[in-house]
Amino acid sequence: MTETWGPEPLLYEKSRPGRRASSLPSPDIAPASVPEQLRRARPPRLPEISEPELVRHFTALADRNFGIDTGFYPLGSCTMKHNPRINERLVSLPGFRDLHPHQDPGAAQGALELIWRLQEILAEVAGLPAVTLQPAAGSQGELTGLMLMRAYFEDRGERDRDTVVTADTAHGTNPASVTMAGYKLAKVATDARGNLDLEDLRRLVDERTVGLMLTNPSTLGLFDEHIEEVARIFHDAGALLYYDGANLNAVCGISRPGDMGFDIVHFNLHKTFSQPHGGGGPGGGPLAVTTALEPFLPVPAVVRDGDGFWPDFDRPKSIGKVRGFYGPFGVFVRAYAYIRAYGPDLKGMSETAVLNANYLLARLRDAYDLPYDRVCMHEFVLSARNLKREHGVSALDVAKRLMDYGFHPPTIYFPLVVPEALMIEPTETETKETLDAFADAMLAIVDEAADEPEALRSAPHVRPITRLDEARAARNPVVRYGFGEHAPSGPARRPAQIEAPKGA
Amino acid sequence: MTAHQLRYLSLTDDDRDAMLAEIGVSSVEGLFADVPAGVRLGRPLALEPALSEPELAAHLAELAARNVPASEEISFLGAGMYDHYVPAVVDLVMSRGEFLTAYTPYQPEMSQGVLQAIFEYQTAICELTGLDVSNASGYDGTTVAADACYVARHATGRSTVVVAEAVHPQVRQVVKTYAPGFGLEVVEVPQRGGVTDPDEVAGAAREAACVLFQHPNVFGCLEPAPDLAAAANDAGALAIAHVDPLSLGVLEAPGRYGCAMAVGEGQGAGNPLAFGGPHYGFLAARADLIRRMPGRIVGETTDADGKRGYVLTLQTREQHIRREKATSNMTTNQTLLALAGLAYLSWLGPRGLEEVGELCLGLAEHAKSRLDLPLLFSEQATFKEFAVRVGRNAEEVVREARAHGVHPGYPLRRDYPDMDDALLVCVTEKRTTEEIDRLAEVLGR
Repeated sequence: MTETWGPEPLLYEKSRPGRRASSLPSPDIAPASVPEQLRRARPPRLPEISEPELVRHFTALADRNFGIDTGFYPLGSCTMKHNPRINERLVSLPGFRDLHPHQDPGAAQGALELIWRLQEILAEVAGLPAVTLQPAAGSQGELTGLMLMRAYFEDRGERDRDTVVTADTAHGTNPASVTMAGYKLAKVATDARGNLDLEDLRRLVDERTVGLMLTNPSTLGLFDEHIEEVARIFHDAGALLYYDGANLNAVCGISRPGDMGFDIVHFNLHKTFSQPHGGGGPGGGPLAVTTALEPFLPVPAVVRDGDGFWPDFDRPKSIGKVRGFYGPFGVFVRAYAYIRAYGPDLKGMSETAVLNANYLLARLRDAYDLPYDRVCMHEFVLSARNLKREHGVSALDVAKRLMDYGFHPPTIYFPLVVPEALMIEPTETETKETLDAFADAMLAIVDEAADEPEALRSAPHVRPITRLDEARAARNPVVRYGFGEHAPSGPARRPAQIEAPKGA
Repeated sequence: MTAHQLRYLSLTDDDRDAMLAEIGVSSVEGLFADVPAGVRLGRPLALEPALSEPELAAHLAELAARNVPASEEISFLGAGMYDHYVPAVVDLVMSRGEFLTAYTPYQPEMSQGVLQAIFEYQTAICELTGLDVSNASGYDGTTVAADACYVARHATGRSTVVVAEAVHPQVRQVVKTYAPGFGLEVVEVPQRGGVTDPDEVAGAAREAACVLFQHPNVFGCLEPAPDLAAAANDAGALAIAHVDPLSLGVLEAPGRYGCAMAVGEGQGAGNPLAFGGPHYGFLAARADLIRRMPGRIVGETTDADGKRGYVLTLQTREQHIRREKATSNMTTNQTLLALAGLAYLSWLGPRGLEEVGELCLGLAEHAKSRLDLPLLFSEQATFKEFAVRVGRNAEEVVREARAHGVHPGYPLRRDYPDMDDALLVCVTEKRTTEEIDRLAEVLGR
């Protein structure tokens, strides 16, 4: 396999003066130019390349990439499920694809109805009455949710509240969002069973508390058994609860965040509802909220009036806008189509995801350390600390070796409370054969760790590159092509320590 | 299980039984024992019944048919989203499953394709803007403006943001929404005759972190951009230009007239209108700001064998490492749309980019001369958009023109209440002289 993966030159290295892929109209009009002092002096050095070469370049790059379409991708907390092809066809319907967001609402009724319908669906799944689809990603949903909390408390004259509580197992986005929202952070510990530590929580929550941000099931893949008490602690203090929906794939139709006591919920449409992740995005991070928080949602709201659907800007208490227009509409089309394919049996989707995760856990629990021995939800966290201790093989080595078996690795070194963490989320997509093949590979790696640890430490062996010198990349950042000064390839070096752990 | 339920799932009934036996529970129900009874739903979700794939296709087609897309009328609608041509090579990038269905490239050995493409995208954005570093994309043209203000706040230690009134209203609104959490106060500088006065900016920028202006601005007018940047720089504030990527073949790159950052909406460069999203926002900056940049950045390095490779770098800026001390909370960005942008810009090449700019400019000038209507800001040079006065409520004019199959533009009164009769007309390279004649005819009625 490796020999088909020679280096693919950069577009800029393939560029030759005089080539081009584009052809444009030449209408019979007078030439026009911009004022001299504003005119571009030197053209940008974009690639000069013919269409055949452009097609081959992107095909070569695609060959050097791995998606769900390529194979099993159990990246914990990322919900790498199948992305139905019909959704790509639907989003390309001209009535959606070529629709201008400033089009008169009367000439965009189908789009506005789809938005309204998706709002209604998400409200039902969340168990909360009001929805905005505007946030572009889960992390933007988080920040928007914190802005709603601020607006809510200011409206109530409770300006002394300044602290948001997050779990020590939280995604990094939670504390980062707290800072961006201008709040202070308090961290609550995890107890021995993987639930929030209630004692610690009672100590932390007081009249200065804004609220809690929590993922449930947690990033350990565990449902918090005391969630009702957690909600009571915050609500008794007049504070609010925010549900990070990253792990909603475990509980659709089984348990609703609104029924757990959460006031604000974000959805990751690119996780639970199958918007393809596109190598990093786009995504969608809609929010569902209580009636008390609805007046503060971003504008426009999309409302139904008789048989029509309209944008409503008349929301005097609104926080404003967090993104242009209505949000990432194409993402809504895919998510809506995905949910309509399941109907009320979204529950079957979540049940299958949980079944697959527990099956993998059952097959792997004796070979790796299991820090929290409970039934898991849609994902679970193992630790490679036994391999590290006994054979000097790390979670990173396990991850890299899995590539040689044809699998994308799980999330590693996250959550931070588990050393040498391997966070595995198979999703509902996979066959039993695939799950078995993955489990067999994970077990084989345990044997390899004892017999030939060096093969693990030098893995992967069948990818286009071996391990990269990430420290060098960060120390002397080369973040754009250097044209005349660009080195064709760096000098040979020994692999250095990776810069940082990887997580969702 | 029914066919509806099965089609995105892969387990047979036998598989389920065997798996439950391996786990040691008798039913799937047993896997949810940790969910307290009080928070269980206990009834089916109240959702409409499942649809088969043909039914789903028909249902969505019916919804799509109740919209009037730009492809079904002669559209001069712009104001932030543009009907530029999207070449077929973009479809290739968008439909390759290896790009489409990949996650953020945390594992570089599995992701060299996306990582190299992002590196190429970053290079293209640096070339367009004349700056040193670009991130891998932001959500859209509004949020990257707020991101840039956050960078400026931390780079300068100042807490006022000066924003030109001639910046797109949605961009201003998003900056204002983000500002309280960022500890920023927003000061607006009014437009004068369709553009921003550098002297007024100089006054407002005295204690400011940054000056944000748009060029061409929301009225389509070319700003005195070098003078605005100079006014910001003289006051010790960072100059941030919000630019149209399609203008940068004819208009000077912001980095070459003193801007510390350039941001913009990438939609016009390679993404369809899609009712406002998803698209990509771009953010480029001077080298000295690299460690304050929000979002993903790809860097070049070498592997254990000395081969060149690409990797997410400077991750100590990011939320998954730095948590509450991160430069941003961003995780998901708009990579696939940015790669569509790269494909588009590569399709154009430097000469094509200049030609598109000249076409937009020429066709817009042609339209100005064909329309027998006064310009709202007759003193100003424009790019692909210009405002005309239609002599009465512009919404009525839009309604009437649309009845004749022409969408004549954007009524500015929606954002600027004193511009009741102003219509913002946008002419992209897709419009023909015949279509412009038709616009003139319809508006002349």
